[in-house]
Amino acid sequence: MKEVYNRILSVVGNVITVRAEGVSYEELAEVTTSRTKTLAQVIKIDNDIVSLQVFAGSKGVSTHDEVRFLGHPMQVAYSENLLGRIFDGSGQPRDKGPALTENMVEIAGPSVNPAKRIIPNRMIRTNIPMIDVFNSLVVSQKLPIFSVSGEPYNELLARIALQAEVDMIILGGIGLKFDEYMYFRDELEKGGALNRSVFFVHTASDPVVEGLMVPDLSLAIAEHFALDGKDVLVLLTDMTNFADALKEIAITMEQVPSNRGYPGDLYSQLAARYEKAVDFEDAGSITILAVTTMPGDDVTHPIPDNTGYITEGQFYLRNGRIEPFGSLSRLKQQVNNKTRKDHRAIMDGMIQLYAQYLETEEKRAMGFRMSDWDKKLLKYGKLFEARMMNLKVNISLEEALDNGWAILAECFMPEETAFRTDLVKEFWPKAEEKEDDQKEEDAKKEESEET
Amino acid sequence: MSEKILGEITSINGNMISVRFKGNIVQNEVGYVILGDERLKSEVIKIKDDLAFMQVYELTKGIKIGDPVEFTHEMLSVQLGPGVLSRVYDGLQNPLNALAEKYGFFLPRGVVLDAVDLEKRWTFSPSVKKGDVVYRGMSLGSVPEGIFDHKIMVPFNFYDEYTVESIVQNGDYKVTDEVAVLTDSRGEKHSVIMLFEWPVKVPIDAYTQKLIPREPMSTRVRIVDTFFPVNKGGTYCIPGPFGAGKTVLQQLTSRYADVDIVIIAACGERAGEVVETLREFPKLEDPRTGKTLMERTVIICNTSSMPVAAREASVYTAATIGEYYRQMGLDVLILADSTSRWAQAMREVSGRLEEIPGEEAFPAYLESRIAEFYERAGYVELPDGTFGSLTIGGTVSPAGGNFEEPVTQATLKVVGAFHGLSRARSDARRYPAIDPLDSWSKYKGIIPAEKVEEAHDVLRRGNEVHQMMMVVGEEGTSLDDFVVYLKSEFLDSVYLQQDGFDPVDASCSSERQLYVFEKIHNILMDTYTFSSKEEARKFFNVLRQLVIDWNYIPMEKDEFKTQEKEIENHLKKVRTKKSAA
Repeated sequence: MKEVYNRILSVVGNVITVRAEGVSYEELAEVTTSRTKTLAQVIKIDNDIVSLQVFAGSKGVSTHDEVRFLGHPMQVAYSENLLGRIFDGSGQPRDKGPALTENMVEIAGPSVNPAKRIIPNRMIRTNIPMIDVFNSLVVSQKLPIFSVSGEPYNELLARIALQAEVDMIILGGIGLKFDEYMYFRDELEKGGALNRSVFFVHTASDPVVEGLMVPDLSLAIAEHFALDGKDVLVLLTDMTNFADALKEIAITMEQVPSNRGYPGDLYSQLAARYEKAVDFEDAGSITILAVTTMPGDDVTHPIPDNTGYITEGQFYLRNGRIEPFGSLSRLKQQVNNKTRKDHRAIMDGMIQLYAQYLETEEKRAMGFRMSDWDKKLLKYGKLFEARMMNLKVNISLEEALDNGWAILAECFMPEETAFRTDLVKEFWPKAEEKEDDQKEEDAKKEESEET
Repeated sequence: MSEKILGEITSINGNMISVRFKGNIVQNEVGYVILGDERLKSEVIKIKDDLAFMQVYELTKGIKIGDPVEFTHEMLSVQLGPGVLSRVYDGLQNPLNALAEKYGFFLPRGVVLDAVDLEKRWTFSPSVKKGDVVYRGMSLGSVPEGIFDHKIMVPFNFYDEYTVESIVQNGDYKVTDEVAVLTDSRGEKHSVIMLFEWPVKVPIDAYTQKLIPREPMSTRVRIVDTFFPVNKGGTYCIPGPFGAGKTVLQQLTSRYADVDIVIIAACGERAGEVVETLREFPKLEDPRTGKTLMERTVIICNTSSMPVAAREASVYTAATIGEYYRQMGLDVLILADSTSRWAQAMREVSGRLEEIPGEEAFPAYLESRIAEFYERAGYVELPDGTFGSLTIGGTVSPAGGNFEEPVTQATLKVVGAFHGLSRARSDARRYPAIDPLDSWSKYKGIIPAEKVEEAHDVLRRGNEVHQMMMVVGEEGTSLDDFVVYLKSEFLDSVYLQQDGFDPVDASCSSERQLYVFEKIHNILMDTYTFSSKEEARKFFNVLRQLVIDWNYIPMEKDEFKTQEKEIENHLKKVRTKKSAA
């Protein structure tokens, strides 16, 4: 066993220093206080002075508490036994199950060789029209939900997790409120997905530093499952708490802050996590959906700003709806040409009309007189919001596309919509008696696509 | 200098270590942290008393105090020789495909592979004979590399005057085989092989003189070539917020730019974007040569999750390889995406060195580093009287999309053209989202400057009218002003905007630009008489549709002429009306 040190030289914030030798960088240590045992990680070594961040926080740490170095960096057990289990931010069981110690694997491992990545090409169906139709989610995509506190982002995450056809779900909760954590557990249990899920949950009442490990733990596990051929969906909520924990440590370590107190390496730190999203050649994949709450609804705040530069698009969740403007899936072009041939046309056409509706709505609010065209747009906008944007709508992509044509037909004449003639001929709903035929046709189409 | 200098680690902080050494070391020299079998490449960036501060190009996990460091006395260098072309490297010139073959999915730590294939044989033809006098940078012979004649030059670190003592015959040789022996002025003999090393942070200056860039570099992007041109040997930058289309623009340029060699430096950006290039380029045909695009491309790929110090090095690696090929009389283009990530890498290092921070915590030397980098571009005359050029285009990712930040501002000071992308334009789906009112270029383009200025003026006035209309509404705008506005919108939608995903429209040749611009210019300069705004709007709507359709027709097809006729006919309608009135 390694030597035990029982002289803590300084306690500043959540960082302690001890005088020790033979310690390696990022090594893990166990700090035993009068009340509890906690893990700590080496974050700086200067000659024989070793700085450690204490996961459980430094509250109650005494200068003569024991520090025992474990001789290895942070690890996590990887096995099928993880499924259905719930752990805390330092990898210890949060449920009543046993601690797992077999087959320990390294976390925050090296990055994937770009030469071994493939171009993403599989769509993830969520049955949410604003995603499937307008900003399709793609396997191996990394995508945050930009939102403000109070929006139903966790409900959205849970719903996508349940409806997405993935092999595994890993939830990384950072600063999650206790009831939100219970909500996730209950939802996944109700949906029968708990036995293919793993939770790493750091709640708002846990020490801040402990949340720092959650993304790395979740992604390390995800990586191993993906290498074993599984399609893994990783949910990280809320990455703003992660960035704030980084800030706290950086300031404690007296690093020069770059922007609003955040450390200069915020971009690299976030990228190291998000870039774990991957579609392996001849193996599984990792898709990352994260939540980034924007402080003050300000997208230029360092956290959403840096995130936007890293991720492959973003969903703006505002007023309980996914905004069509600003929301973007950078990978949608890779998949939406192989779904149905009217997909791209509906995607662009409906948004352009919705943009016109918003202009008209502005004019209306200012008291301008409404022309016939304006009235059509107003009707269209209301229908679009009710039948497409509403998050309660839960229909397949094909149904959503048909729905789109139906809305268009209710409001406009075909020539007013600037759709290509061949698409209008094939998809524009005809007089009422044709509706049944249409449905039959669609059913056939769906069948053929499934096979 | 013969003895190996060893040091031992005294502190570790992120990717920064300090090392106690004995003897002499060199600023910016490379050292290796010895960690069992792994040798972690590091660079000396500060020396104080007997301590060397080094940035480690790999993850520092597991390093201990007292671990040995081996100094090399060599500055961080790249290998130059035949076989560099069409390779994919990381920021330190490790070949990624070879790493993937050997180590699988992940990038191993502490591994250095040769940048070029040492076993491959190249067909060498000499161009000098025994007794010839040669200097650094002069050609001794050449080998065919893909579509180019790769010149085998007197290594750039041979600073003397040399006499050729011997040179090998025509034949197949490995890069490590001796091809020549040179005698210096003191009679000492030097063996020359096809491969040599050059420190990345030192510009290659084996040229006779640097000249002002004069020849336009066609990118086949209309708004660039016509309005904000770039010259061969020049520099330009593309700042823009996320999602404004920086990378798409760079990708288009990497495909269509009228240069011999393109070096893509993917610096701290998404791996996914490089993967597209990696997987697509070997399949895409280069329209100029009929070979694949990969044959004229080198990719330096240090994506955002790869170690940050190597990211800092990657732009220099790209610049050095670019300068090397320029020495052969080729036109080379470096596309660096994104220079902000490079600047951030400098900031991280500076922070760990506890230097006094400048604005937004960037180091005080940020500006001079950026200037040094862009100054490596240039149009040069070579020792044999031919010319070569190195053009550098860098994207900038300003925080919050605000151009008033240190990296954008420092870059604007030193580049010759500024292609500013605007959020407003990309939100309106007006691609490429280069802002026609903010952007500028100091270079001369393919189209006479006066005409471009006239067209530019229409855009400016159109914008003024648009601003006014926002306040007073369409009703309060005079018909003449309204027509100016319609003209500027017309120019915007048919000429400034370009469909990057359409096979025809994505690439608009200089010839076509000259032809189409002439037509558009005439339309803009004509005066029209309309009876109402509604009539004017209708006229321009139809005209716009006609010209957009025209953009999608290949120039050599007959339909191109037919469509042109249609446009003429449409224009005639108003012209006759005008004469009637």
